[in-house]
Amino acid sequence: MKNKAVLVLGARSDMARAIALAFAQAGHRIQLAARNADNLSGDRDDIALRHNVDVTIHDFDVLDTPSFDGFIQALPELPHIVICAVGLMGEQEENARDMTAASRVMRSNFEGPALILSEFANRFESRGSGTLVGISSVAGDRGRATNYIYGSSKAGFTAFLSGLRNRLAKKGVHVVTVLPGFVATKMTEGMDLPEKLTAAPEEVATAVRRAVEVKRNVIYTRPIWRLVMFIIRAIPESIFKKLNI
Amino acid sequence: MMLSGWGQFPKHEATEVAPRTEEAIKERVALGKAIPRGNGRAYGDSAVSSTNTINMRHFDRMISFDETTGQLVAETGVLAADIIAAFLPRGWFLSVTPGTKFVTLGGLIAADVHGKNHHVVGGFGNFVDWIDIMGADGQVMRCDRSTNAETFAWTIGGMGLTGVILRAGIRLLRVESGWIRQTTIPTKNLEDTMDAFERSNGATYSVAWIDCLSRGARQGRSLLILGEHAGLADLDNKRAEKPFDTRSKRSLSVPFHLPSVLMNGATVRAFNSLYYWNGCRNAGESLVDWDSYFYPLDAILDWNRIYGKRGFAQFQCVLPLDASRAGMAVLLREVARAGAGSFLAVLKRLGPQDSRISFPMEGYTLALDFPVKPRTLKLMKTLDAITIDHGGRFYLAKDSRMQADTLRLSDDRIDGFTQMRSSNAYNTAFQSEQAKRLKI
Ligand SMILES: Cc1cc2nc3c(=O)[nH]c(=O)nc-3n(C[C@H](O)[C@H](O)[C@H](O)COP(=O)(O)OP(=O)(O)OC[C@H]3O[C@@H](n4cnc5c(N)ncnc54)[C@H](O)[C@@H]3O)c2cc1C
Ligand SMILES: NC(=O)c1ccc[n+]([C@@H]2O[C@H](COP(=O)([O-])OP(=O)(O)OC[C@H]3O[C@@H](n4cnc5c(N)ncnc54)[C@H](OP(=O)(O)O)[C@@H]3O)[C@@H](O)[C@H]2O)c1
Repeated sequence: MKNKAVLVLGARSDMARAIALAFAQAGHRIQLAARNADNLSGDRDDIALRHNVDVTIHDFDVLDTPSFDGFIQALPELPHIVICAVGLMGEQEENARDMTAASRVMRSNFEGPALILSEFANRFESRGSGTLVGISSVAGDRGRATNYIYGSSKAGFTAFLSGLRNRLAKKGVHVVTVLPGFVATKMTEGMDLPEKLTAAPEEVATAVRRAVEVKRNVIYTRPIWRLVMFIIRAIPESIFKKLNI
Repeated sequence: MMLSGWGQFPKHEATEVAPRTEEAIKERVALGKAIPRGNGRAYGDSAVSSTNTINMRHFDRMISFDETTGQLVAETGVLAADIIAAFLPRGWFLSVTPGTKFVTLGGLIAADVHGKNHHVVGGFGNFVDWIDIMGADGQVMRCDRSTNAETFAWTIGGMGLTGVILRAGIRLLRVESGWIRQTTIPTKNLEDTMDAFERSNGATYSVAWIDCLSRGARQGRSLLILGEHAGLADLDNKRAEKPFDTRSKRSLSVPFHLPSVLMNGATVRAFNSLYYWNGCRNAGESLVDWDSYFYPLDAILDWNRIYGKRGFAQFQCVLPLDASRAGMAVLLREVARAGAGSFLAVLKRLGPQDSRISFPMEGYTLALDFPVKPRTLKLMKTLDAITIDHGGRFYLAKDSRMQADTLRLSDDRIDGFTQMRSSNAYNTAFQSEQAKRLKI
């Protein structure tokens, strides 16, 4: 697989940039989409120079749903692979008290990403090919006091991806759900993360590319998180509600 | 957080931030006592400031490349490994490279790194066309050999003490393949090794691995390893078809895998002998891929940990040519007598170099690794004294334990450097733990 157009949504994130580089390395054309896309020109030139591929940049705001159709129309071509890395953690304290803040987190992690992928899903379905990748989170595997607004919106996104995959499986369109644990990015900067459970953005990128190439459905990065979340999900609610995690 | 260099010694409780914008770097510089940090491959405390270490890892974009001149413009957090990955497939390699590819462009410039080709082409600085550097006032200045030439000259080899290099234009080297024609010459003793070096002055690359535990008549016996970039004509048909595709061949060309064992006298002796005899068996010509030729140690990730928690230190000096034979013999005798085996012992002929503050001078450089122990620290002090006696000097990128007066005794350029620093307010804006220790 080579020479396909790959669209990365939320391209300024460290994880997204690493993913774009990984696909460019494999010879794919890259479309970078983010808010204030202008200042992605450094990334565009860097990716193009390193891997000798075409790279374009596009303005994109996941909360501006009415703009989606125009955004897709304006792309140089309908991509073959779309990767959505958009996400917003916010502050749980604030999210718990302030409806506006909570709504923003819910819309940024669930509504927006789900709707934009829906738009591509429909187009991919009529074309009969393509791959959609959603970066969700292990935080969606079980709601916890410390981040359940973010977690529940990721849970919604994970369920959406699962349903989408089910719908498109017979239509030649593949859907990959990516469930990162901890990743060392801007989002987690300054947090004291356990080294063994924390992936570098490049690690996630390699795993995502591989998942697309071999058509995996759900991946955890690092893989150990599959086990960690299995255990966390297995704790009975009567005990779980008393835990500080 | 605890921060150190590659040798994991000394460790300092230190503050480190990784800015994402020039504005953010400027804010850090304004706080004073800042030091830029690349990939932390300097052995000691060159890239550590206890209060203000500025990690450059987010400045890792390549900006442009000119196919006609071979000039690459890039931010200084870009790794040598990334430059090779991007440009070797297009027929370009680094003009000068150290023994690891996990160094940043900033580190290559700040240490004015010397490679196995120093005797022919000089240091990395020779291939730097220009730099953009942020000075004490947070202003960014374009410097080259004619504009802001003073800052340019002091920054090459200036160990981050003249500001934060943000971008640079460097020249790459045209190559026809990713292969190196390697010639291995076993030598009997130090005299023989140095004769062989002098005979090989025309070789593009040369370096000797010394078996530094052999004594007496065999003291200084080595494997002298020469190299040339292989042209298409040097390759068989299969390789010539894809001259830069060297990946699958790697296992063929690494003759010896370094053991990750506990470092003690016996294992080091065994290692050195094995390495030597293995080299003798493979003496003569062979075709080696670039990665195993230039970066044999990179194959063992984190090999610096095999020395254990206390870390290790490297001793690296250069002696002027006329004092090299006598001086190296004394140094090696001292190492053998102390029985403090060095796992890595490398001897290299350096060519002439005339620069403000860089390490190289025409002569021979010796590099030795030691686990940090009271005994080895004492030995290194003795080696310092021998070096000074022979008119030699020390490489700051490897130093982690020297004293301020030792440095001054060895290098009469240091006072000029500190003066230059204070007259530009660099001394308050930029300071590594090494600069503090050495009173630079
Ligand atoms: C296995 C191994 C082999 C080596 N072989 C060689 C060799 O053959 N020849 C040789 O010359 N060296 C050699 N070295 C040393 C190494 O090349 C230098 O220490 C180099 O500077 C390390 O680069 P770095 O990016 O890791 O820099 P760091 O170790 O992070 O920093 C080194 C110095 O560069 C300064 N610096 C880094 N980035 C910037 C910047 N953007 N602006 C200003 N200053 C900056 C720092 O302040 C510091 O003083 C070797 C090191 C190792 C570990
Ligand atoms: N880091 C982790 O530990 C971790 C763990 C699990 C899952 N994740 C998920 O991984 C993905 C990438 O995150 P990251 O770690 O790289 O953090 P990040 O830097 O915060 O990335 C999130 C990206 O989403 C973009 N974004 C937010 N709101 C947007 C909007 N309205 N329109 C367009 N783009 C918007 C941001 O763009 P701007 O640059 O414009 O702000 C940012 O680039 C996210 O979905 C995150 O939830 C991360």
